[in-house]
Amino acid sequence: MTTKAKKRPDYVLMDRDTKAIVFGYQQNAIQRMLDFDYICRREEPSVVAIVNPTRDGLHKCFWGTKEIQVPMYKTLEQATKKHPEADLMVNFASMRSAYPSTKEALETNTIRTVAIIAEGVPEHRTKELIKIAKDRDKWIIGPATVGGIVAGAFKIGNTAGMLDNIVASKLHRPGSVAYVSKSGGLSNELNNIIANNTDGVCEGVAIGGDRYPGSTFLDHLLRYEKNPNVLMMVLLGEVGGADEYDVIDAIKDGRLKKPLVAWCIGTCSKVFPAEVQFGHAGARAGAERETADAKNKALKEAGVIVPDTFDDFDEKIKQTFDKLVKSGKHTPLPDVEPPKIPIDYAVAVREGIIRKPTQFVSTISDDRGEELQYYGIPISRIFEEKWGLGGVIGLLWFNKKLPKWAAEFIEMVVLVTADHGPAVSGAHNAIVAARAGKDLVSALASGLLTIGPRFGGAVQGSADHFTTYLYQGSEPAFMVKDMKGKNVNIQGIGHRIKSVTNPDVRVEIIRDYVNKNFPITETLDYALEVEKLTTSKRNNLILNVDGCIGVSFCDMLRSIGYSREEVREFVDLGILNALFVLGRSIGFIGHIIDQKRQKAELYRHPWDDILYAMPDEPEEVK
Amino acid sequence: MAQRGIREFDGKKMLANHWAEYISKDFSFPGKVVLVDPETKLDELAKEHSWLGKEKLVVKPDQLFGKRGKHGLIAANVSFDEAKEWIAERMNKETTVGKVTDTLTHFIIESYVPHDKEFYVAIKSAREGDTIYFSNHGGVDIESVWDTVAEINVAITEDVDKIDIEGKLPKDTPKENKKMLADFIKGLFRFYRNLGYAYLEINPFVISGKDIVPLDLVARIDDTAVFEFMSGWGDLKFPPPFGRKVSEEEAYIKRLDNKSGASLKLTVLNPKGRIWTMVAGGGSSVIYADTIVDLGYRDELANYGEYSGNPSTDETYEYAKTVLDLMTREKDAKGRTKLLLIGGGIANFTDVAKTFKGIIMALREYKDKLKGVDARIYVRRGGPNYQEGLENMKKLGEELGLPIEVYGPETHMTRIVNMALEAS
Repeated sequence: MTTKAKKRPDYVLMDRDTKAIVFGYQQNAIQRMLDFDYICRREEPSVVAIVNPTRDGLHKCFWGTKEIQVPMYKTLEQATKKHPEADLMVNFASMRSAYPSTKEALETNTIRTVAIIAEGVPEHRTKELIKIAKDRDKWIIGPATVGGIVAGAFKIGNTAGMLDNIVASKLHRPGSVAYVSKSGGLSNELNNIIANNTDGVCEGVAIGGDRYPGSTFLDHLLRYEKNPNVLMMVLLGEVGGADEYDVIDAIKDGRLKKPLVAWCIGTCSKVFPAEVQFGHAGARAGAERETADAKNKALKEAGVIVPDTFDDFDEKIKQTFDKLVKSGKHTPLPDVEPPKIPIDYAVAVREGIIRKPTQFVSTISDDRGEELQYYGIPISRIFEEKWGLGGVIGLLWFNKKLPKWAAEFIEMVVLVTADHGPAVSGAHNAIVAARAGKDLVSALASGLLTIGPRFGGAVQGSADHFTTYLYQGSEPAFMVKDMKGKNVNIQGIGHRIKSVTNPDVRVEIIRDYVNKNFPITETLDYALEVEKLTTSKRNNLILNVDGCIGVSFCDMLRSIGYSREEVREFVDLGILNALFVLGRSIGFIGHIIDQKRQKAELYRHPWDDILYAMPDEPEEVK
Repeated sequence: MAQRGIREFDGKKMLANHWAEYISKDFSFPGKVVLVDPETKLDELAKEHSWLGKEKLVVKPDQLFGKRGKHGLIAANVSFDEAKEWIAERMNKETTVGKVTDTLTHFIIESYVPHDKEFYVAIKSAREGDTIYFSNHGGVDIESVWDTVAEINVAITEDVDKIDIEGKLPKDTPKENKKMLADFIKGLFRFYRNLGYAYLEINPFVISGKDIVPLDLVARIDDTAVFEFMSGWGDLKFPPPFGRKVSEEEAYIKRLDNKSGASLKLTVLNPKGRIWTMVAGGGSSVIYADTIVDLGYRDELANYGEYSGNPSTDETYEYAKTVLDLMTREKDAKGRTKLLLIGGGIANFTDVAKTFKGIIMALREYKDKLKGVDARIYVRRGGPNYQEGLENMKKLGEELGLPIEVYGPETHMTRIVNMALEAS
């Protein structure tokens, strides 16, 4: 349900019903606003919409212990159209976009007040915004401010800091002292001073430290003057600018009558040798008139309650308040117990007062610390000590620091499986997909998904077959006979071209390496015994390169300390397919890049290469 | 940041570069100005700008301070060789202007323009727009002839071309110059607005034949608008104000500040001072300094120091070490205790315990030196995790055997100033 914003007296910018649009996806600030609403026991959340130029949809946040969703729009136009009840915008746009977004908000018919948080908005832009606001009878708080707060009602963005501080400063319920300051940083201290010395804050606004604040001290003091909930006022000014003199004029001509306690900070500027820019853009004393001393003196002369130093500021506020109470003009407003605030999970964890079982266990790497670690080894050490690809695979796959021979063997396998020409079915599929205009990852996936029992699966299959018979204690002859009886080809045996007399050089390299380096070569030995039997039947039934890799890899696992059961476990979970996928991805990616760089066109299989064997009529089922 | 002064040279150069675009094609400003810094090779400069050797020149420092004539820091109607000599006598020398002493490092040389009549023009930013000030009596302290100044307001949305400037010039404006002056003022205003100026004063400028020549120019630019005016500004630098000669320690903190997303500031006011501050937050740090001064201890305030914006533990450690090092170099001349105020308001989101961690590390390191100068330490802070931060400070005092008094938000922010001063 959308309704128009409530009609408020002109001196009220924010109250318990204020609905706001937050410009910028400031999740923490939004949550803090909602938490404040909650401890104020507001009926409804104050944030009704978020403007996030990069994403629309819904934003999930907490309302007490429950989760609610706040709609998010890409443009302010959509947000204001859907939420005409919102008459305040908290603008978190950057210093660059603060101007256009504020201008747009001021030009809507629904938004009345814009709080500009950004620091560094160009002065001439702020001046333009001030003009627009004035012409359209609107309000700007800021730029360069944390915002403002109406105790027990509404707060802008991050004003007043953390919840425990808000409660400590009694801001969850209304008090009767209203303040205006430049500095947002000091507004917290003001909340504290006022809470410690009076019945608390009614409203506080930090107008921001820029030379031309969108609304001035006087603008807000005049509102406070009219607001019957405000008993007395506090002003914290500072060195630089002349806005405090406007306040003095208003006292002199009777526009301001309520008790006002004021202090301008920066009285120390006189001890600085040359002009020092304090934190604020407006805080620089040029003329004598703009010094804090001159302003404090002028305020005092105008009848404002001004302490001798900031150190008495609290005392003056207390005296002023007590006097009003004593004179019977005011009964201090009661303290109210805030509802229990749910503690944030992250805070609870940090404070060690909560625990929960985890959903995942990961043993192989950790990216949380100063440096990424692979199985406990910082990445820098992996480079320093030149662990190489094999070393990293050792850590991430086998959780071991591999001896050099084992790491090197893994790298050999990757190199030897990297590619096998464009004609093999996996490469072919990758090429076809690439030529169909699919992206690299899709084309690669197309190739990889081809890997299985018939293509590339021989590495996995041979490891499976040979370890099955070896580990169950069968003789090689039994294996050959048994497999034949089951009518299953032994994986890793046989080659289209290579034979005993024309051996595969790749097999020879691997075999020699294994025999020279591995402490255990039982599976390779077994497979070679089997090869003797098969080649005696046919010359080309040799242990091929896939078979050689498969069995040797099992021996590598045994050699680095795994038991036969553990080796089977690795085989069963597909470790050898993994190895083939890793190696062959290099080739597939190569083919894909190759095709894409050639700008190869869509591949279409020629008709003359297909036997069209369609019958004239389908068989009719009766 | 805010409005910042630019060098007279940069202002004049920018004016010359944009003259045709914004000011006038009917009359010109030749822009014969050069800047000399300690690295400048003057003879090469003369080759590049042949007018230097041919014309009579004016030379003066260009370091954001005025009243150079009064301080004997202008040489007018001199030859290039004389100008060279004049600069050589002053380059890298300390000079006192008013109450401020600093080193002269930058000079502007321009062609000398003989003239009789001097004009004044200034444009100043105000909340509702900008104000143009013009007088036919330039070249003097303008305040002394303020009744000759015409004031023309241009609202923020107003177009200067639609304003009858000519009609608003003072009555004593020479008739023959009226149109040229009005055109110049309009053009200057367009220049001012289109290039992000916040203050531009030319006092005086003169009419020399068909040229208008600004003799003395002061300007401030709003540096936050850099993203809008970058191309017009070119490689504009904002020099530090004269008299802010930074010490080694201040420079170190400035470097730290530049590298960090947090804010770290240090100004040493009196290295022999007895009261040292290390305060969280821009506003709070000013208030602590104020209070020390207002309570009558301005001569004993050693520094102005501020850290804010959630600095890392490392950053507060480095910062605290720098302050502690300065503070513990020598004992107080009168043998009194030295005071360190680790103050601050109630933080919004800065983790107090975390920022104190760095300070605690530094205090531990300087334990003996702090005892050596008979230091007393006062802490006041609030905000996220302040209980833990304050507790750690308390424990540290016991551990190190140093007097550290610790207060939270229940104590008025500046009360520790009084306590410290009373206890010593």
